[in-house]
This record gives sequence, structure tokens and C-alpha cells, in this order.
Amino acid sequence: MRAVGIILAGGNSNKMRELTYKRATAAMPVAGSYRCIDFALSNMSNSHVQKVAVLTQYNSRSLHEHLNSSKWWDFGRKQGGLYVFTPTITMDNGYWYRGTADAIYQNLDWLKRCHEPYVIIASGDAVYKLDYNKVLEYHIAKKADITVVCKELEPGADASRFGTIKMNESMRVEEFEEKPMIANYNTISTGIYIIRRRQLIDLIEHSAEEERFDFVTDILIRYKNLKKIYGYKIQDYWNSISTVDAYYQTNMDFLRPEVRNYFFKQHPDIYSKVTDLPPAKYNPGAVVKNSLIASGCIINGTVENSVLFKKVFVGNNCVIKNSIILNDVYLGDNTYIENCIVESRDTIRANTRHVGENGVKVVVEKNERYAL
Amino acid sequence: MLLAGGQGSRLGVLTAKVAKPAVAFGGKYRIIDFPLSNCINSGVDTVGVLTQYQPLRLNTHIGIGIPWDLDKNIGGARILPPYEKSTSSEWYTGTANAIYQNLDYMETYNPDYVLILSGDHIYKMDYEVMLDYHKEHKADVTIAAMPVPMEEASRFGIVVTDDKGQIEAFEEKPANPRSNLASMGIYIFSWPVLKEALVKLSSQPGCDFGKHIIPYCHEQGKRMFAYEYNGYWKDVGTLNSYWEANMELIDIIPEFNLYEEFWKIYTNNDILPPQYISSEAVIERSIIGDGCEIYGEIHNCVIGSGVTIGKGSVIRDSIIMKDTVIGEGCVMDKAIIAESVEVGSNVTMGIGSELPNKFRPDIYNSGLVTVGENSVIPSGVQIGKNTAISGVTVKADYRDGLMESGETLIKAGERL
Repeated sequence: MRAVGIILAGGNSNKMRELTYKRATAAMPVAGSYRCIDFALSNMSNSHVQKVAVLTQYNSRSLHEHLNSSKWWDFGRKQGGLYVFTPTITMDNGYWYRGTADAIYQNLDWLKRCHEPYVIIASGDAVYKLDYNKVLEYHIAKKADITVVCKELEPGADASRFGTIKMNESMRVEEFEEKPMIANYNTISTGIYIIRRRQLIDLIEHSAEEERFDFVTDILIRYKNLKKIYGYKIQDYWNSISTVDAYYQTNMDFLRPEVRNYFFKQHPDIYSKVTDLPPAKYNPGAVVKNSLIASGCIINGTVENSVLFKKVFVGNNCVIKNSIILNDVYLGDNTYIENCIVESRDTIRANTRHVGENGVKVVVEKNERYAL
Repeated sequence: MLLAGGQGSRLGVLTAKVAKPAVAFGGKYRIIDFPLSNCINSGVDTVGVLTQYQPLRLNTHIGIGIPWDLDKNIGGARILPPYEKSTSSEWYTGTANAIYQNLDYMETYNPDYVLILSGDHIYKMDYEVMLDYHKEHKADVTIAAMPVPMEEASRFGIVVTDDKGQIEAFEEKPANPRSNLASMGIYIFSWPVLKEALVKLSSQPGCDFGKHIIPYCHEQGKRMFAYEYNGYWKDVGTLNSYWEANMELIDIIPEFNLYEEFWKIYTNNDILPPQYISSEAVIERSIIGDGCEIYGEIHNCVIGSGVTIGKGSVIRDSIIMKDTVIGEGCVMDKAIIAESVEVGSNVTMGIGSELPNKFRPDIYNSGLVTVGENSVIPSGVQIGKNTAISGVTVKADYRDGLMESGETLIKAGERL
């Protein structure tokens, strides 16, 4: 592969509310057995990108734990590998990453030492499958300086949390607005870019001299008339999980057969860290309808239209509807959960009731699991 | 040294193409995962795995031992198949002969003790405790033994011990047993003792631990002790015991609990999505592996990874292994379906009365329908009890769409 990968996974999203108290968005569990960054990492691996840097900053412990071995995504090779870069204090820099461009700037030495001619920049908070080679071919064919992977939203969808793009007939980007108050276009940037490595180093160094730190506003938007920036449209499933509602919806999408087949049954596979958990167990009293159940779960109650992550215990007479229960949650007997996201490792006492009345409720309960 | 070369012929068509240690167990595991996990959990990090019969699946499964953390710089897991020598090239002719042929492997590590295991039992055991016992008694040979009911003792190799645990006598399947301590086929030898015995008996045809090495050590007056083990231990050598051991896992709190944090069982996990349970599905008292899609009804089943069960199918008291696809409207009772089998729609299994199997009444005798791996069963057929099916079968193989109880249908050739 002629490109190295950079995955931006340092961000925080206020719209994830309580869910980001524990982890970065990229480390959010998705679809029962995965974490969000698995999608970008698997795409890299499946596109034969051998050298990938993950840039982390915000609340990164859980993400680092997930990335403790590169072998799950097949990066543990003599050629290349998986690099995790967190901000460090050096002789000439004492700042955190002040923006996406600054994050790359602080690791520019690594980028300079690479020999691959191109760089793929992706973000760690989207759920999608993409062969980056196709984008790279397009990038080369278009003789582009930067290629932005973009997606057309459904008419009426809210584009204001994304960067919106207007392109001309030859797909060159004419307008680019970051998180507009009123979105004029419904084509959005997915935060996936391809750029020549030398070009990127020049642009990043130049921005750093001018104390500009953001890749989108200070490079893409600032240079859009100067550099040839092209859009590459993807048609397949793509969703960013950076708000509670989007996160909830993305997980629920996996209950639809077409989404499930696309991700789970069609080549290529999505990889994740393997946990040695036993198969899911259904005891007498278990009633499960239209749900995804991950390994290690023990179910004694009713589960409907829900996603249960790994190692969830559902007590007797529990009812769970339209909810997402993250990993290692213990639900005591007679619990009623509807329209909620239950934070991982929670212990819900018996006879508790949580209902998301106006939209999805995030449940965080820190109870002792074992009475000593 | 983990002996994993046996066929396990009493598992019938299940082991037609795989060695018994590689047969799936408990949804996502294979039988060999239990001794291998015991090894690493006990701190035994140098393990030779002796393979012979149909080793492909076993080799793929073990690889370089990554799932058990046995990919080590020093030691680790090593697959040891029989090999050609300048003199006397032969297969492994017996358990001890297999170990003898790998003396060089053991020599390279210059061990103090050698633990001999077999790859076909389901149990959790700390071999380090057994080794401590061995050292404490300054034993030359220690044999793990467990108490069995006196009336069953005549089916086992029995050890007779004094009150300190030292072995006084061996009785192989005695008519009138003097003790109820049955040997579990797990031995610890002090290395010089093992080496001497193996070399001395190297010309013994079919040299076996139970039949030759242990009696030889006893004759030589070695210090031999029995290490009493009282936990869960299951031999899954017959179809019935295999089926029962699987079914025990679905008890509310199983005696053999895979859900404990302590003493985890590791296996070569495929990276699989969670299982999907549809709106029409009914599931009761079952364990189900990752990546399954369940649209039918399941009662008291052990279902492996990646299995699809079609709408309207009702499966009871059955074991279904990895990647098998079962069509719509099937009814199955007490079936064992091996890996990657295709079952059409409206197939009925386990009907009629229990007639003895005409081909191998000694194997297929517990009322089960047994289907070998990669088999195909056409839509609309009915299959009786004590039956075995293997290979790609078509409707014409079933007279009037029916296979009577006690019949066997084995079709040779590869699936195209």
C-alpha cells in the first residue's frame, strides 16, 4: 500500500453527554461486540494499509486499553505497525493537541520518517466500510491535492453538525462550511481525507508557523481555492456516532437485516479485540425478540428490540425494550428499562425503573455489585 | 506433553474427518481447549501437542498457541506430528511410543518433570497443585485419580493405595475392584524416571502408559503416588457422554461453569458479530454462540458460532456446531449436527421408535441423530433415531423421503 493511515481519535463530543465521562468517542462500544475505532482500523487493515497512527488525547485510557495489542487488526508486522500517539511534553512544546492539524504537527517526525507517498486521514468516530484504495485511485486520477470523502444525507436530515460541501460537476469542492448554523447543502464531509504526504507536511508546517491548529478550517477551507480539493462520494452505510441520538440510532440500525448483512456477512470483515467469553446463555424465563445479544450474556428476562453488549446479566422478570445495554451491566430482578442507554459496568438494583420519556435516557448507576 | 492424536472412533461420524480433541464442545470451544487452558492457567508454558489422526483442524486451531498465550519466546506450544527417521520410521503406535519418539523435544528443555495429558477430557484442574504433591512426596510418578462409584469401578483402570497415597497395585478393569480410585490418564513423571522407562521399553510394540510404562515403573519399585482429584471431570468419548456433558452446560448453575472469572477457558475465537434473535424466535434454556441468526424455536440446545436457524424450525435437546445452516420448518429432537452442515427445509429428525443401529449398534445407541461435518440433508425428509448421516445426501437416498430408525447413510466423496 502506498499510504500510511492517521486516525484522529482524540476528540470529545459534548453531545455524547454522560457517555464521554468514561471514554473517548472512538472507544464507544458499537453493535454488540465492537468499538467505534474498530471500523476505521479494520478498513485500514482491509485496505492493506500497514502503518497506522492513532492520535488520542481526551479520556484515552479506555481507548488505549482497547489498542493494547495491534494483533487484532493484523498490524503486528515487521513492516509497519500500529502507533498510538498521545500528547507529550517535549523540549519545544508543552501544549496538548490544540486541534487536529496541531495533533499531526506534534507527530510530524513520524510522518517525515515514513516513506509512503500518501496519507489517509480518518476519524475514529464513524461506522462504515470503505476500501481506501478506491479513494486513492480516484485521488490520483483526479490529480487532486486533497480528496475529501463525502456523503449525501437524506433530504431533511440535519447536516449542521457536519462540514457541508458544495462541489461543481467535476467534483471539485467549491464551498466548504464547518458546522453551519443553517446548512445550505446536504452533502457532508465524512472526515476522511487523502493527501500526498509531502503536501500534508508542507501544509501542516505552514499552519503551525501561523499558529493555526485545525485541519478543516485552517487547511481545507483556507486553501480550497488555492489547492485542488475534490470530493469522493460514498453511497454505502456511513454514520457518525458523535451525539447520543446518532449513537443510539447507529446501534439500532444493526437490528435491520440489510445493515447487519452489509457489516457482518459481506466481505471484508470488521475486526475487534477478542475477549474469551462463553456463549450467551438463555435460562428459563428468557424471552428475546428482535435483538442483538453478545457473548457472555446471561438472560433470565424479556429483551425486545435492544442491543445487549458483552457480559450483560439480565435478572428474572426484567423487561428491556428499545434500549442499549453496554458491556458488563448487571440488571437486578424486576428491572424495567425502556428507551435507555445503560452505561457499561453499571449495576442496576432490583425493581428499578428507567424510561426515556422524551428521547433516549442515559443511565449511569454506580452501585456496589456484590454485597460484602 | 498433550496426547491429541486419537481418533475417538466411538464418536462415529463426528470424528470421521477430525481428531477427537478438535471436536467442538459447549458452543464455541473444542475439547482440547480444556487441557490447554489448564496448562497455561497452571503455569505450564511449554506444551508439546502430539498429533496423528486427521490433524488439519487441530493444527489450524492451535497454530502457534496465541489464544492460550502459548506463543512464547522460550517454550510455548509446539505441534509434534510423527516424522520420518533414518531408521525405523513409524506412526505413533501407542501413547508412550509417541512420547518416546519425541525424546529430543523434551531434551531441549531439560525438564525436571514431565506432565502427560490427554486431549479428550472436559475438566478444570491446577496441575501445579498436583506437581507440588509430587514434589512433597518425593515421588517418581504421580497419577491423578478420582473416586468413582464402586459399581462402576470395573470399567476403569483402578489404583490401590495405602493411607499415605502411595500406590500398591494396579488393576485394569477389575471384576472385583479393591478400590474406587480411577486413573484419569494424567501423569507427572520425574524426567529421569520417564526417560529410563521409555528407553527400556522402546522396542515394546504399541507401547502404552497404562499397559506398559506404569506397570514397568511399579515393578522397578519406583515411588508412585495417586493424586486424588474431586472436581468435575468428564470423559466425552461416547456420543451419549458427549451429548450429556454438553447438556449439563445449560443448567441454571452448571456444575461445570464456563461463566466464572477464575480459571478461564481460552479458545481460538473468530472475531464474530453478536448473535441476532428475531421477533419470531423462541429460546429457552440454551447457550448460543456468537454470530448466530435465530428465527426459529430452540429448547435445551447448545448452539455453536455462526449458525442460522430458519423460521418455524423447532429444535430440542440438540447440539449444533459452528456454521451449520438449518432451513425453515424443521423439527429436530436429540440431534448432534457437526460443523458446516446444510439442512434443507421441513426436515424432521428423531422420529419413530428407538431401534438399534444396524451398522454400529455399539456407537449409535442413545437415540440420537448424528450428522457428520459438511453434510447436506435435502428438504422434506424424515429421519429416525439411532441414525448416522455423513456426506452430501439427496432426496433419492431416502426411500419415500424417510430414513428409518437404526439406519446409517454414509456417502463418500467430497462436497462440490
